Amino acid sequence: MEKLPEKKDGDVIHGEWNVRYAYSMGKVAGKFFEGLRRKKILATRCTKSGISYLPPRAYCERSFEPCDEWVEAGRDGVIEAATIVTAAFENLPRPPYAIAYVRLQGVSTAMINYVHGLDLGDVDSAMARLKPGTPVSVEFVETPVGRVTDFHYVLRSAS
Amino acid sequence: MPKNRAAIIGVGETAFRSHHPDKTYVELAQEATIKALADAGLTMDAVDAVVFSMAPTQFMGVNDADKWAIDSIFAAGKPFLRVHTGGATGGSALHAAYAHVASGMFRTVLVVGADRISETPDAQHILNLIWDHFYEHDVALNTITMTALSTHRQMHFHGTTEEQFARVVVRARRNAMKNPYAHLKGMITVDDVLRSPRVSWPYRLYDICPRSSGAAAVIVADEGVAKRQCSRPAFIKGIGAVANTVFMGDRMGPYADTELSEIPEAAYAGREAYAQAGITDPIRQIQVVELYDPFSSTQFPQLESLNFCKRGEAAKLSDEGAFEPGGLLTVNPSGGTLCTNPIGVTGLVRVADAALQVMGKAGEAQVPGVRNALATALGGSVQFVTCTILGTDPT
Repeated sequence: MEKLPEKKDGDVIHGEWNVRYAYSMGKVAGKFFEGLRRKKILATRCTKSGISYLPPRAYCERSFEPCDEWVEAGRDGVIEAATIVTAAFENLPRPPYAIAYVRLQGVSTAMINYVHGLDLGDVDSAMARLKPGTPVSVEFVETPVGRVTDFHYVLRSAS
Repeated sequence: MPKNRAAIIGVGETAFRSHHPDKTYVELAQEATIKALADAGLTMDAVDAVVFSMAPTQFMGVNDADKWAIDSIFAAGKPFLRVHTGGATGGSALHAAYAHVASGMFRTVLVVGADRISETPDAQHILNLIWDHFYEHDVALNTITMTALSTHRQMHFHGTTEEQFARVVVRARRNAMKNPYAHLKGMITVDDVLRSPRVSWPYRLYDICPRSSGAAAVIVADEGVAKRQCSRPAFIKGIGAVANTVFMGDRMGPYADTELSEIPEAAYAGREAYAQAGITDPIRQIQVVELYDPFSSTQFPQLESLNFCKRGEAAKLSDEGAFEPGGLLTVNPSGGTLCTNPIGVTGLVRVADAALQVMGKAGEAQVPGVRNALATALGGSVQFVTCTILGTDPT
């Protein structure tokens, strides 16, 4: 982690924020995370607009009507955008790692998560395997806990 | 139609650098305020209201620092409003001041803000905390990774290369040498950019803006005050602003109504601002743009969305030198956000630098014959976009 800038004594006063939260999930996110515990990815759908959302939404942002259906996303999808992170950011995973927006079968929008199982030794050639349109699959961790990191993506050719 | 015309009649900026050990946060805002008032030839008695430009306060570390700033910026006894739309904050703050004056509510308004991104070493941690804790915070999003993802699509659709992005950085650092307030500046080469360490593909260190500290202020006044105080005001001829969903995954793929990598919000904001300003042929009518470009890939989609060229053409025009000072369109003669990014005021710095061009006060960076200049600001997950057109003539 980057150090605080070197300053002469008397130039600065040091401080730190320690703040804790318990974020209320609400019904929609609650159902999504309950689904993850059962190794299912649940999307909401608006029958009026036909749009299905991941992450799930209570209301459709096109029709301004409530999303009135739950649908289970397919386990396969395609990459829409990806990057490989090679620098260390404070409070983020140790690099390198790959993340991608993936549009899963039966879902209109793309959802971001980590891409595992890819050799990141050569970043350029790894990125060449993550082009938009590349097929991927969902893989769940063995014991889901109801966090978004309960699942990740893997290249279909590598799974 | 606005009731009154409005113009920028005074501009104040501090130097931008990593640290200002000689001043506190509020004293920085004060310095910009005093400079803008002096530039307008006014004292604070003549200012009717104050708009404060301040984005996340976790960088400088005093929660909601606007309250701390009141006396330092001489706002006691006046109506006061803080504006926050992430990186677009400064653009939105200027729009708020414009609305105050154009509506006839106030005659003279101060817009001021300061930021200190390097007060903490945890800036990208703070920029990860802007995502919700349910779906996106845990997946390493921050401002660098989010725009790297969008740039992946830009390169995929248009074949834009890392070298083309590097040329934007070289031009920005060179332009910044003529801006006494710029943070990063100097003669560098495309190879220097391409040899800098990788951060998040395709970005390398030099593709990314610095963490700047500093302050900016402008005085917005109605036409009567402007004509009395200023021989060459920068009239605010048009403003446009738009917000979009935070979810970038909604803005990609066959079902999306906007394409993330195109910064289409700039097209919506630009269309509104152009209509108000009577701009029908931007490349002929606008001489200078100050684009909010914190990354090397952020200029091209904005230039295309703002109709300065067709979609997919900006990178080639950039290679050909079209966006150099005195070229087809002078892009970021100040060095832009790539060289200076005090997030909470960067949008205001874009407006201030565009105003200086219109007022003929840009010093060594001055582009000859500027009649109209355009400034943008981008915020959130590139979901807040403002566009402002300034000109020498009120209509």
